[in-house]
Amino acid sequence: MAKPKKKFRIEVNEEWCKGCVICVDVCPTNVLDMKDMLSKWEGMVVYVKDIDKCIGCDLCELSCPDFAIEVYEVPQEEEAQSG
Amino acid sequence: MAFNYKPYIREDKFPNIWCPGCGIGILMKAIIRAVHKMGWKREDVALVSGIGCTSRMPGYVNFNTLHTTHGRALAFATGIKHARPDKHVIVVSGDGDALAIGGNHFIHACRRNIDITLIVLNNMIYGMTGGQVSPTTPAGYRASTMPYGNVEPNFDTVNLAIGAGATYVARSTVNNPALMERQIKEGLQNKGFSVIEVVSNCHIQFGRRNKMGDQLVLRHWIKEREVPLRKAKDMSPEELEGKFVIGTFVKKTRPEYTEEYAKMVERVKGASK
Repeated sequence: MAKPKKKFRIEVNEEWCKGCVICVDVCPTNVLDMKDMLSKWEGMVVYVKDIDKCIGCDLCELSCPDFAIEVYEVPQEEEAQSG
Repeated sequence: MAFNYKPYIREDKFPNIWCPGCGIGILMKAIIRAVHKMGWKREDVALVSGIGCTSRMPGYVNFNTLHTTHGRALAFATGIKHARPDKHVIVVSGDGDALAIGGNHFIHACRRNIDITLIVLNNMIYGMTGGQVSPTTPAGYRASTMPYGNVEPNFDTVNLAIGAGATYVARSTVNNPALMERQIKEGLQNKGFSVIEVVSNCHIQFGRRNKMGDQLVLRHWIKEREVPLRKAKDMSPEELEGKFVIGTFVKKTRPEYTEEYAKMVERVKGASK
């Protein structure tokens, strides 16, 4: 039986995100994308487009200069409980 | 995975002042992770800075922090270390701050081998004061005081630190946050003067004047010029022109200044009895 694929959860702090696009640039699997938010400096903030593609490499979190993005691993048992 | 930065930052000061895409935030996170991995208490760490974009960092981190005059961060840090040798002193400095205005403090701190970790964030320009040419602006690139291209040869922070006698010297870039963290940790572990240069992007002041006004363009420009140390050993000086060699250059031990000073004090006390 194949090892179950790890699941991840990405949290974005939209208050602190400045829309610099670095996280979108460094992500190897295109999990993240930008959405318009005209109140922000660059006019956009990051959002999670496709969390299933996430491999948990942590590059977005390490490369975010604004402490705005966090990657969490979803524990397997918790996932089973939630269905 | 999901490092908890909250205990180490002053959340009420956020979001930080730096331009979108600036590498200083990445460096700040790397410093926090390195200190966390060392297992030190926040009260035992002092973060000192001079003037410049980098110098805003002590405002955001929850250590003992000190924001000093231009170029004199190392002088103040030497004082702290001298008064309290049990504390861990980290200095963050820009390229203009550490190498131009504080150049003298830099070489003499290296010479004394005092137990301080200096992190030089090299963004190749004076960012905060309006894009003047700095000692690390690459030749041919424009700055506000060199509108037709820089004609000065530039400093190599690593060779300067090695020549002056630092005991740990390394370089990384903003594209390698994990490497940066590892080097800072090694620098903190080193009992002596450690110099870590971090090549960063200033797309607002440096990039904009050189047709690289986007943070991603400038980050890629840096990435193209990165050469790992083991690869650089086989390359000629001409090939390495304008490249950023990354890796750990020096790791050695030499008598440390505050320990030697304490020994001297003991010796003199013994002699006077």
